[in-house]
Amino acid sequence: MSDSTQALLIQNGRIIDPSQKMDLQADVLIREGQIAAVGANLASPQTQRLDASGCIVAPGFIDLHAHLREPGREHAETIESGGRAAAAGGFTSVLAMPNTRPVNDNAAVTHFIIQKARQQSPVNVFPVGAISEASRGDRLAAIGEMREAGIVAISDDGMPVMNSSLMRRAMSYASGFGLTVIDHCEDLDLSAGGLMHEGYTAVRYGLAGISAASEAVMVARNILLGAETGARFHVAHLSTAASLEIVREAKRRGLPVTCEVTPHHFTLIDEDVKDYDANYKMKPPLRSRQDREALLEGLADGTVDAIATDHAPHAGSEKMQEFELAPFGIIGFETALALAFEQLVHSGRISLTRLVELFSVNPARIAGLDRGTLKVGAAADITIFNPERRWNYDVNQSQSRSRNTPFHGRSFRGGPVATIAAGKIVWQVESNPSAAHE
Amino acid sequence: MHKRGLLGIESLAIEQIQQVLDRARFYQPLQARTGKKLDTLLGKTIIHIFYESSTRTRTSFEIAAKRLGADTVTITAKGSSVDKGESLLDTLNTLAAMRPDAIVMRHSASGAPHFLARYLETPIINAGDGSHEHPTQALLDALTILDHKPTLAGLRVAIIGDIVHSRVARSNLHLLTKFGAQVVLCGPPPMLPQAFECFSPNVSRTFHIEEAITGADVIMMLRVQLERHGASFVASPNEYFRFYGLQLEHLQAARPDAIVMHPGPINRGREIGSEVADLPRSVILNQVENGIAVRMAVLDLLLTRNFSQPIEELQKTGT
Repeated sequence: MSDSTQALLIQNGRIIDPSQKMDLQADVLIREGQIAAVGANLASPQTQRLDASGCIVAPGFIDLHAHLREPGREHAETIESGGRAAAAGGFTSVLAMPNTRPVNDNAAVTHFIIQKARQQSPVNVFPVGAISEASRGDRLAAIGEMREAGIVAISDDGMPVMNSSLMRRAMSYASGFGLTVIDHCEDLDLSAGGLMHEGYTAVRYGLAGISAASEAVMVARNILLGAETGARFHVAHLSTAASLEIVREAKRRGLPVTCEVTPHHFTLIDEDVKDYDANYKMKPPLRSRQDREALLEGLADGTVDAIATDHAPHAGSEKMQEFELAPFGIIGFETALALAFEQLVHSGRISLTRLVELFSVNPARIAGLDRGTLKVGAAADITIFNPERRWNYDVNQSQSRSRNTPFHGRSFRGGPVATIAAGKIVWQVESNPSAAHE
Repeated sequence: MHKRGLLGIESLAIEQIQQVLDRARFYQPLQARTGKKLDTLLGKTIIHIFYESSTRTRTSFEIAAKRLGADTVTITAKGSSVDKGESLLDTLNTLAAMRPDAIVMRHSASGAPHFLARYLETPIINAGDGSHEHPTQALLDALTILDHKPTLAGLRVAIIGDIVHSRVARSNLHLLTKFGAQVVLCGPPPMLPQAFECFSPNVSRTFHIEEAITGADVIMMLRVQLERHGASFVASPNEYFRFYGLQLEHLQAARPDAIVMHPGPINRGREIGSEVADLPRSVILNQVENGIAVRMAVLDLLLTRNFSQPIEELQKTGT
């Protein structure tokens, strides 16, 4: 690892920065944690160099949706291990969801997360505060104080606010602080007892279904409440065609709504759920073939704003249970970009520019972060990736403390090669065939 | 990967099902003899572990094993390490370490035996998993039907009741459609999702009991599984019986030689009229009797032949 005060010259890469409509072969010079220059053949004697030949150099990826489990469930993940896994996935910033133990519903917990991240995480960690106290859905949390302490959005992720009146008040209140409201859209009465997407596979397995409408009704509710309050509303891990259509229509009307989709939802469907393997159990569940098709379309046509992982670590013993007892969620940092290549880029659905928008520019805008750009003077958060790099995902080598993924053993083409946060190389692939000659 | 065991009907080949039925016919006459004990499984140990209450299945498995000469141990979830917070996998690993030749398990979670089969070498026989499968029930149902009908192909079988929560319905759907029977499912719509039609082109749905019974060769009634969904699916037992209970007058629409089946336990006046349950064409007790022959056949084939089923490969991750 290099010192952040030291200069770093990234050479021979293809710079793709949609924030400046930039796509050119050039060098990037970093000094004191900031972008100092972008241009051809930059000379800087006695500077650390990083050869990016054959690679894309992009503004650092920002994950809008991650669970770092600290404080409270450090056996599954810590801010440090999660931060290292994020770096290995090419992410320079992650938004940490508040469903820790205790819940991040006050400034003290927010401070703790920020301090811990400063000391131990290689990447930037931006906490998301709870909407309600302990995410119980009764009373508003101390949103203003958490804002002062450093939260960038609010959400009761995983324990969504069912009370529409409270949600309306939260949106209204958050708009005063300019905070985006992120909601895990799930009508808990409709989904009660559900274990996987409602459809033939669930029926065949004898597992209770989670209907597509259980998501869409809450997406619609929140858009309507957002329209009444003027709050910015962001749909977390949108998974169904119905929800996407509602978002598309709201955007057409100019309402302030954005949405994210996870790599597992645009890659897998309910039919892929293997013989009661809990590594295929998550919320929202893997949806139908038609839902996945709609998500791919939305990613291509601009309806979907961001790709987010919903990285949700669970220790091995928690997933080695009967399907109905195992917790929901999978890890996602390290496979996100590769899955995007597999499903979106190499399949010709989206351009590299759009890929960078989905991973960096748009997430920065949604979270109100002064990042997602390589403009001179901006924080030197940079993701370098290689569209052709061939590799296999071995979860036993993961930086995460958890192993819950359905993608173990998958072969990939395309992936990150180096992650630079605040001017420091925080992760680098062991062997990058294109840039092996330094 | 193939492993010895019987987890469900879905992944069985027709020949395997035929093999069990043939073997069961060999054991049928034994049930009426005075001396019933054989030495086929002498020296073998079979553990029965039941995480869900059961009278007929548990007794039937135990008697089947004993008539074949095996030693049996029966564990019910109450009073075992389950109460001490041990995980299912740890409990079963512990039992497997005592080297039984097979483990017969009933569990309330769909897929519990499939999950275990990926980790255990000991053959597992599924005695019912949640709402998923109950393979020996479908096998004994097939044997009972074939005691009265020459073949399954082309038969019209009506399965009526709480389909969505029923493992008996699913196992029977797989078995009957593999052999070319026409299956008509009937129940209130919340208990009969449309996705059931995807099992096979030979499956249809109706919400009217008269329609289901018309022309039926076999009428299979199912219990409303109050323990799986509370009482929230239907207004009241009376309303349920009025629209979906099998009553005497319904039978006129069935074929004259139609038989009435029920996997038990029966709830008279809830899903089946008391007088219907006692008709000569009701074969409910024949099903129970055949249960022993079928389970003897399964144990015999499993422990003396190489009866196996495909199992998902184990994902080898470190933790």
